[in-house]
Amino acid sequence: MIEVKNIIKNYHTGDVDFQALKGVTFTIKDGEYVAIMGPSGSGKSTLMHILGALDTSSSGTYLLDGKDVSKLSEEELAKIRKEKIGFVFQSFNLLPRTSVIRNVALPLLYAGVPKVEREKIAKESLIKAGMDEEHFNHLSNQLSGGQMQRVAIARALVNNPSLILADEPTGNLDTQTGEVVLGTFKQLNEKGHTILLITHEHDVAMHANRIIYIRDGLVLKDEAVKH
Amino acid sequence: MKIIDVFEEIYWSLSANKVRSFLTVLGIVIGIGSVIAMVAVGQGASSNIQTSIQSAGSNLVTVSPGAPRGAGTQVSAGRGSAQTLTQADADAIKSSVTLAKATSPETTKRYQVTAKGLNTNTSIIGTVADYLNVHNVQIGEGAFINSQNVESLNKVAVLGPSTRDDLFGVGGTAVGQTIKINKIEFKVIGVTVAKGGSGFNNPDDTIYVPISTAQHFLAGGTFITSIGIEAVDANSMDSLKQEITNLLLERHKISDATLADFSVLTQADILASASTITNTLTYLLASIAGISLLVGGIGIMNMMLTTVTERTREIGLRKAIGADKSDISMQFLLEAVTLTFTGGVLGVVLGWLLSLAVTKFAGIAGQVSFSAVGLAFGVSALIGIVFGYYPARRAARLNPIDALRYE
Repeated sequence: MIEVKNIIKNYHTGDVDFQALKGVTFTIKDGEYVAIMGPSGSGKSTLMHILGALDTSSSGTYLLDGKDVSKLSEEELAKIRKEKIGFVFQSFNLLPRTSVIRNVALPLLYAGVPKVEREKIAKESLIKAGMDEEHFNHLSNQLSGGQMQRVAIARALVNNPSLILADEPTGNLDTQTGEVVLGTFKQLNEKGHTILLITHEHDVAMHANRIIYIRDGLVLKDEAVKH
Repeated sequence: MKIIDVFEEIYWSLSANKVRSFLTVLGIVIGIGSVIAMVAVGQGASSNIQTSIQSAGSNLVTVSPGAPRGAGTQVSAGRGSAQTLTQADADAIKSSVTLAKATSPETTKRYQVTAKGLNTNTSIIGTVADYLNVHNVQIGEGAFINSQNVESLNKVAVLGPSTRDDLFGVGGTAVGQTIKINKIEFKVIGVTVAKGGSGFNNPDDTIYVPISTAQHFLAGGTFITSIGIEAVDANSMDSLKQEITNLLLERHKISDATLADFSVLTQADILASASTITNTLTYLLASIAGISLLVGGIGIMNMMLTTVTERTREIGLRKAIGADKSDISMQFLLEAVTLTFTGGVLGVVLGWLLSLAVTKFAGIAGQVSFSAVGLAFGVSALIGIVFGYYPARRAARLNPIDALRYE
């Protein structure tokens, strides 16, 4: 459950003050598949950073599973990311020259899960993300783009997060591979995972069940998608 | 994050970048190895020189002739060239200086020596029986010159082991044979035990003859080239030196000690001046080694900085998936420690092997000193840790978003 109330984010660069978010409010229930859409400069990246506990807002409240995340310290934010959030990035961000299984198990390392269990959970997660078992011991740089993104999805799933945040997950992929990756998100959503997709492409956003349009730091439109 | 997991991560990240890890370790190995080896060689050389000086005789005072100076002239003919010391001076020291345990006047000159077709050019020392005590020389075969030989001007000779090898072949029988020094026949009566040493004044490449014989048949005249005196004990060296100086000043009728036509040197004086030279040598080697340690250190520094810069995105990712500042700092710090520690251990082994090699092939007994090992290890560990930790801490503090976007 995500409750965002009147989130404002100000940036100060030199003498210039810039307001990236001007009071954003919405609620996302568990199990939803939501796309946040907007052109570049709309404030959607800033919103994603706040929702992903990578950054804090200047004012307003952000409740994640009933806990106020908006005023936490850096260490507490790290703990939230470790326990409640799974990230999928545009550029995959896998550890280079490192096996698939180790990449996926990495979040569990910081969560203090014992080694044997780490491997078991990582394998389950990889299967959920649609990876074939034959690739599990390949090095990350031996994979194709689509495979890399599915490894990244498996990594995001591995700590069983409340929220999976995908930032332009298809941005570095061709359309066909992008469709496969979006299909994976769909399947995960059907299994009950909450997914938040950040994108500037309408076609991509259409895969979600609900789209929140952001423009100039405000929610422009919030509507369900008719499939 | 558990410490065992940190080490596993370090293992993987170091083995994922084998060449980079190897080069970092190599820099440390060379830095530490060269410091240890060079200091070992320097100290080995110093102690080599010191033992060879000490082997010349303990509690030894040497009187040598000074530079002769004509009346009313300042022209000096060079130290040691004067013929100002005589047999009578030596006898006077022997009879009236109470702190002298043994006195050995010597007259030394180089001559061509032949035996059975082999020949060599070596220094012939004319001396007395006390020479053995004064200079710590031991007789291996036969006997040394005795006072009877000196009194009766016997043409007998005692050979150093190297001279024996040169004249009669290695390990050949010399005692009882005849040699010719400056075309005069001498009978070999003994061979000394090897003392070690090389170059000038090699105590093993020498022929000893009675001083009277040397003066009468070889040099002519009663002049002597030096007098070696053994003190009764080590504490009386300075008073012995003073006593001899006073006696000789009086005998040579010189009132101003600065104009003395002889010089009196103790073993300690020689040792002190040699120590100055060997210390300079050690400092020179240590500073060369220090430079290579510095270069090695800069290598580590460079490698650590590049590593962290290169891995900024990785740090960003680790933070995004839940690593906190301390996890990141800990990983990079331990990575730096692992690299420097591995390099340090290998460097100590390399330095030790190098000094063994020097001992074996160059004849200098390398001494690996703990202070050099400690210093080299400490410096490189410090560099590794500081320059591994500082950029890691900076990276750990980065906002994960900025770190992830880092190109």
